[in-house]
Amino acid sequence: MIEFVLGNEVVRLDDVDPNTTVLDWLRANGRTGTKEGCASGDCGACTVAVVDRGEEESDLDVRAVNSCISLVGSLDGRALVTVEDLAGTEGDGDLHPVQQAMVDEHGSQCGFCTPGFVMSMFAWAQGEPTTDRHDIDTALSGNLCRCTGYRPIVAAARRIAEGHVEPLATDDAGLRRRLDDLAITQRERGMATLEDPDGTTWHAPRTLDEATEVLAEHPDAKMVAGGTDLVLQITQDDRHFDHLVDVTRIAELHAVETDGEVVTIGAAVPLEDGQHTLTEIAPATATLWHRYGSVPIRNAATIGGNLGTASPIGDTPPVLLALDATVVVAGPGGVRGIPIDDFFVDYRETARADDEVIVAVEIPRPDPRDHLSVSKVSKRIDDDISAVCAVVNVTLDDDGTVTAARLGFGGMAAIPKRASGAEQALVGGQLDDESVAAAVAALADDFTPIDDMRASAAYRAQVAGNLLRRAHLEFTAGNGDAARPLRIEHVHHEEPVT
Amino acid sequence: MTPPDQGDTTVHDAAGTRAATAGGAVPDSDRTTSSPPPDGSRSDPDAPGIDAGATGLSLPHDSARRHVTGEAVYTDDLTPLAGELHLAPVRADIASGTLDDVDASTALAMPGVVGVFTADDVTGDNDIAPVFDGDPLLARDEIRFFGQVVAVVAAEDLVTARQAALTVVVTTSPTTPNLDLAASWKAGHHLRPTHTQRRGDAATVIADAAHRLSGELAIGGQEHFYLEGQVARAVPGEDGSMHVDSSTQNPTEMQELVGKVLGEPMGAVTVEVRRMGGGFGGKETQSAQCAALAALVARATGRSARMRLRRHDDMVTTGKRAPFLGTWQVGYDDDGRILGLDVDLVGNAGHSVDLSEGVVDRAMFHVDNCYFLEAARVTGHTVATSTVSNTAFRGFGGPQGMLVIESAIEAIARERGLDPLAVRRRNFYGPVGSGRDTTHYGQRVTDNIIARLVDEVAVTADYDARRAEIASWNASSPVLRRGISLTPVKFGIAFTVKHLNQGGALLHVYRDGSIHLNHGGTEMGQGLYVKVAQVVAAELGVDTGRVKLSAARTDKVPNTSPTAASSGTDLNGAAAQYAAREVRDRMARWLAKREGVPVDGVTFADDRVTAGDASFDFAEIAHDAYMDRVGLSATGHYATPDIHYDRETGSGRPFFYYAYGAAVTEVVIDTLTGETRVLAADLLHDVGRSINPAIDRGQVEGGFVQGLGWLTSEELQWNDDGRPTVTGPSTYKIPAIADAPERFNVTLVPDSVNLEDVVYRSKAVGEPPLMLAISGWCAIKDAVASLGDGAIDPPLRAPATPEAVLAACDAVRTPPASTQ
Repeated sequence: MIEFVLGNEVVRLDDVDPNTTVLDWLRANGRTGTKEGCASGDCGACTVAVVDRGEEESDLDVRAVNSCISLVGSLDGRALVTVEDLAGTEGDGDLHPVQQAMVDEHGSQCGFCTPGFVMSMFAWAQGEPTTDRHDIDTALSGNLCRCTGYRPIVAAARRIAEGHVEPLATDDAGLRRRLDDLAITQRERGMATLEDPDGTTWHAPRTLDEATEVLAEHPDAKMVAGGTDLVLQITQDDRHFDHLVDVTRIAELHAVETDGEVVTIGAAVPLEDGQHTLTEIAPATATLWHRYGSVPIRNAATIGGNLGTASPIGDTPPVLLALDATVVVAGPGGVRGIPIDDFFVDYRETARADDEVIVAVEIPRPDPRDHLSVSKVSKRIDDDISAVCAVVNVTLDDDGTVTAARLGFGGMAAIPKRASGAEQALVGGQLDDESVAAAVAALADDFTPIDDMRASAAYRAQVAGNLLRRAHLEFTAGNGDAARPLRIEHVHHEEPVT
Repeated sequence: MTPPDQGDTTVHDAAGTRAATAGGAVPDSDRTTSSPPPDGSRSDPDAPGIDAGATGLSLPHDSARRHVTGEAVYTDDLTPLAGELHLAPVRADIASGTLDDVDASTALAMPGVVGVFTADDVTGDNDIAPVFDGDPLLARDEIRFFGQVVAVVAAEDLVTARQAALTVVVTTSPTTPNLDLAASWKAGHHLRPTHTQRRGDAATVIADAAHRLSGELAIGGQEHFYLEGQVARAVPGEDGSMHVDSSTQNPTEMQELVGKVLGEPMGAVTVEVRRMGGGFGGKETQSAQCAALAALVARATGRSARMRLRRHDDMVTTGKRAPFLGTWQVGYDDDGRILGLDVDLVGNAGHSVDLSEGVVDRAMFHVDNCYFLEAARVTGHTVATSTVSNTAFRGFGGPQGMLVIESAIEAIARERGLDPLAVRRRNFYGPVGSGRDTTHYGQRVTDNIIARLVDEVAVTADYDARRAEIASWNASSPVLRRGISLTPVKFGIAFTVKHLNQGGALLHVYRDGSIHLNHGGTEMGQGLYVKVAQVVAAELGVDTGRVKLSAARTDKVPNTSPTAASSGTDLNGAAAQYAAREVRDRMARWLAKREGVPVDGVTFADDRVTAGDASFDFAEIAHDAYMDRVGLSATGHYATPDIHYDRETGSGRPFFYYAYGAAVTEVVIDTLTGETRVLAADLLHDVGRSINPAIDRGQVEGGFVQGLGWLTSEELQWNDDGRPTVTGPSTYKIPAIADAPERFNVTLVPDSVNLEDVVYRSKAVGEPPLMLAISGWCAIKDAVASLGDGAIDPPLRAPATPEAVLAACDAVRTPPASTQ
């Protein structure tokens, strides 16, 4: 059984097919305000908010997620808030401030994307919303609108940031109490499970030991974390999984250790949280995280999931390759660390055994002499998948000699991969035009890029070299020259939207 | 309520009273065209009352509140009826060949599957083409594009239907698909006869000109990406009747096609649409397949049936904006003034005509944009390829035609070493009587405000100073380049198919004073409903909130035109206006008699009716009129006057009037990756006298950003077998929120008046602003050109994806030998 709060009620589900998405469940149960635009987490029409207990006693952790690629099991122990919950229904009931702002600014036209925008804004307004355009763009990057051109939606968001939105935590202390109560009953209940009449199962083990047991019982089970990749197989390819194991409730997968020389991030930590740790130890990666999917995607997607799916175009692997991370896995044979260089074996294949769970990544803190340049190239700047992702890490000694180089690339091979030939061309000499040219030339032997709808192989090859050149420019010219920026995201028009 | 954006909007001013005065003549649709002031300026002091009642107010969209609460009901939100079936398509997986067999035995054995239907099950006509035959509802014998639907599975639930569809074995024999537009054109695979517009002897003029250039531009198509995919639900009724809820811009055509497929007359079919989650042209004809298949299954099973396409099925099986190829030769003088243009516009229709002949026509009608072409030969080709049949999309070929001449202008400017804006200005149409006032298809441009708009936006956007600043910034920028461009738009308003230029409405005043309105237009987010309600409210002198809007239904307003060609308000607003005036005049005549005042002494304003010294609540008068047996229901019908076009001579007056706009757009590009960002946009757009400035502004902003998407990040692709490889939003990238420019200034031309008698002197706004985005594409070219000495015209295709921009950068950085 799973239990979650919806409206003023606790919903208990037992025999639902665990392959059911939150969106389909909502719409089948009369909550049709939440829309399907793509069923792939790309358009945001399905956005809902999920609420967890926060760290402090009265806190609530409110997050926007894509209900179209969230499985119903993911709701266990949480509250689900949909567009129907924000305002009084018919007649003149007060609109929630985000709804009112959207009306006042003419932020809806066809209205189909609007519930999703409202829910993203609602979740954003629970934090500390600002009128800064980048902040607004980040909060709403997972919501597509085909009608308005976004200007009035930006204006509505600014209105929200300028005004006051009563946070859910104070609005409704009762919600926290209900979640606390739910937590107590769930402790007594044990591991959350679902099983439908056809024998399709879903388990959410709470410890590694439980996980090992469940996986032994269902050796063919598919592990799922945020589901932002796996659930696409259900919604896009009509796959049906007979046995699913949700690893996000395993306590050991949530550890975050930032005190020592090696930083640990639990595999089930959502990217929206993990990015802060990664940005703290490697500030140059910040440019990557806000372009990584969208807020709803990052709220669900996990670092472990991004490694486990082993997509050649995932954006975490190039960072971890460049930072020399270790992937910690656990299984019946115990716990072991796999160096990131050995982790990716072949297209969507890793060194993890089928009965092993990814527990964490361990990242050595970069040396002060390490220089990082991080680039993602895609057809659209926000919420797109990389054509090329390049994370260049070169270690320079005091006289400018390259003592080490780790160049992590995505989109350049069947797996995320280091450019070992280019690294060799750089190490041991000065970082100058000549050595960079040699490294660029070496890329041709390092990689056989993907050729697909996102970019041709020739383009990827050329851009990979150009990103090395830009890294060189950034290391020599520095990033701080406002008059001569090197990246388009650093160019702004002084005058905002009016 | 938001304060009005312009003008005095109280209802008591002279104009408003006049507009709402009873007995005013219904505009005569046969009246002569109002003549413009001789200088072509836009001021028309005699234009009737814009400030009447609710028009000119920035009221919110009528469904705004229901949009933000999730209460607005879309077709797939309709509560399923008992036993309702769900449908899933079975698609062919080749682009060209024969259909040999469809084996559904496995599917039929699955629990929950009720039936699998093929072309053999169609009792009526299997063709759902809008104009010229060639669009099978279900493929029979032949496969003409990848993903063509060969069967439909009906099941008790959607998951079962989809999984059953996967088990249907479709046996085909592939032939070589025809995927290359240029090759298909050269090989003469025309679906319709070539169409030519001629003025003068372009070939000779070009040959004799001081300067000549030629070029070729490949222009990509565009997926509509309405957020709500195609969907319909059919409910069978008694006596052969069928009720279809359809997400469509074209209820009457859905009605007719459903009837054809079922073998029933139109009168047996009712089509209803309350709203769409976006249309953009993609639901003008492409809504037919879902509607007709749902009806087919409903008829066969006696159960209601729902068909909703998921995103990738929608993207694979429905038509898009047509890719075009434009080849041009131009002759011009030392100053860049065009003397002659010879252009071929080749539209990729896909496998069938659908609306493509009209699309190619409209490309031809807009290849002049704002420029006088003294000698021109414009030839349009409607060419077949083995892809899905392309269709209407906001602009309907106009954008493609316009982009061709703008690329020619850019080439001329770079060859001459001039600012492209200077070349544009030298080529503008002149004032009426200047000898430069007539298009290459013979229509006089009598409402020309191009030069004024361009001058105004150049000043407000500080174009010259910014251009200079950008040049100096670029000179010291190692990687990034900025670019700026100002481009104008002139867009012709009217369906170029004459009979579609009509609208209908049905208006009831109930005896409690409430008002119920239907009209032939459909609501897809563009705010048509609230604008028409404002017109009716103004005519009856009541608050807009009194006007209850309801779904478009073919049993209430018949023989409707598609809500398309930007015409929704022009046609349906006028029809509703006539209906409202009819009821108002009946009430006025009756009241005048009762009160003993002249009919023109009865006025309707402020929710009250005044007769001489007496004043009554509108509801009271409605009630009293009913009690005295006055008919309070009327229909209205409007037909656009004075338009005609002769395809044989390639001349006429296809458009009732033109809408204008001008835009300054600034971009930055990354010359290492080809990535671009739009930094700033200043738009000045002509909507005549706006009925609702907030709604109109929304159309301008939305059209512009949609146009930017078409020209930058939205790229359709197919593999060598003709299989679409971009089938969802993870690979098809429409603009996201960060793509809206940081500086985004939009101004509606404040004192514009439609010189033609269009409802409240407003102008159509749906399509024209999309073409303002051409300034963004030209700004990218400007940025790329800065890598060279300015003389090289960057060979940039559309869309300007990062890959296309990088290629253009490389071409400028390393000029081809021939230009060195």
